[in-house]
Amino acid sequence: MLIMLAIVLLTVMFMALLRALLGPSIYDRILAVNLFGTKTVLLIAVMGFLFGRPEFLDIALVYALINFISVIGVLRYFEYSDNRINGSES
Amino acid sequence: MNKHTISLFFLLAILWLFNSGLYTPLLLALGLVSVFFVIWLSLRMGIIDDESQPLHLSRKLPAYYWWLAKKIVQSNIDVVVHVWRGNSSISPCVATLPIGQQSEIGKVIYANSITLTPGTVAMNMESDSVLIHSLTAHNMEELRQGEMAQQVNRLEM
Amino acid sequence: MMELIIQLISSACFILGALLILSGGVGILRFPDFFTRMHAAGITETLATSLILIGLMLIAGWGLVLFKLVLILLFIMLTSPTASHALAKSAMHGKLTPIIHNNHSG
Repeated sequence: MLIMLAIVLLTVMFMALLRALLGPSIYDRILAVNLFGTKTVLLIAVMGFLFGRPEFLDIALVYALINFISVIGVLRYFEYSDNRINGSES
Repeated sequence: MNKHTISLFFLLAILWLFNSGLYTPLLLALGLVSVFFVIWLSLRMGIIDDESQPLHLSRKLPAYYWWLAKKIVQSNIDVVVHVWRGNSSISPCVATLPIGQQSEIGKVIYANSITLTPGTVAMNMESDSVLIHSLTAHNMEELRQGEMAQQVNRLEM
Repeated sequence: MMELIIQLISSACFILGALLILSGGVGILRFPDFFTRMHAAGITETLATSLILIGLMLIAGWGLVLFKLVLILLFIMLTSPTASHALAKSAMHGKLTPIIHNNHSG
């Protein structure tokens, strides 16, 4: 069951990466990276149970913190920027 | 030492104790030092008040969380159905809704609840209105009817 | 007997969570513009995350592990609306216009 969950998580992480590559706007990419980060937290937690090593949960917790702070930080950087980086929405 | 500081102290102490899991004198002393350091920093920043430690809401919060959890499950199922039915089934719209809440924390809880339920996102907040993007026209209509606003109002009183 | 029931409930949580996460992934690829994709990401960040972490909590049993799982869940639930709101707000400042559907029959 845990292996199935890990495979699904990896699939969804791949989908998020695909969206991050496709864009088209910078915000789509940040959204995809944020999603990727949340899925990573879950994957680390599931891996901890899969390998019988609950210490992994500490790493998951720290990863959740870093993920949030980095998304907010990157958004601060792009919030009041000009139009050129946005790309055209199809 | 007001009640907010004491509540923050207990929160941080519990956080340290349960996260470390090692109870040697050295580590406990280090924990105490870091807890007091964080409290000193928070006092210096002036962020220990009703907003960071909403103690006056704590009795009513569980009921609200229960209501919100049910709401989240409902709207999740709704959004999942729209994901699988495809782009023709969604009707995204943007609207400005008034905020009835008086206190700052009431407004924040209302806007956060809107964002937390999938299908609606609060995009921008003014002092008395909030700009909302919703996935379907139905979601917006539901929000306009104001059940969520009533629940937050009940929390505020 | 009790353990079997707990196992069954946690497996059900995992399967539901996996389905929801997959729907979120499909939604983020399928929906037409940024703001609608944000709603799809919302599914995976609220209910799917809760279901998977609750499933893990059930097989973890009492102890520090349970506390840490609760902490991760609380943290994700507290930060995800903030991150979504910050994203929507900066997308709006970035002059990204949402697609608006006028036909209410759809």
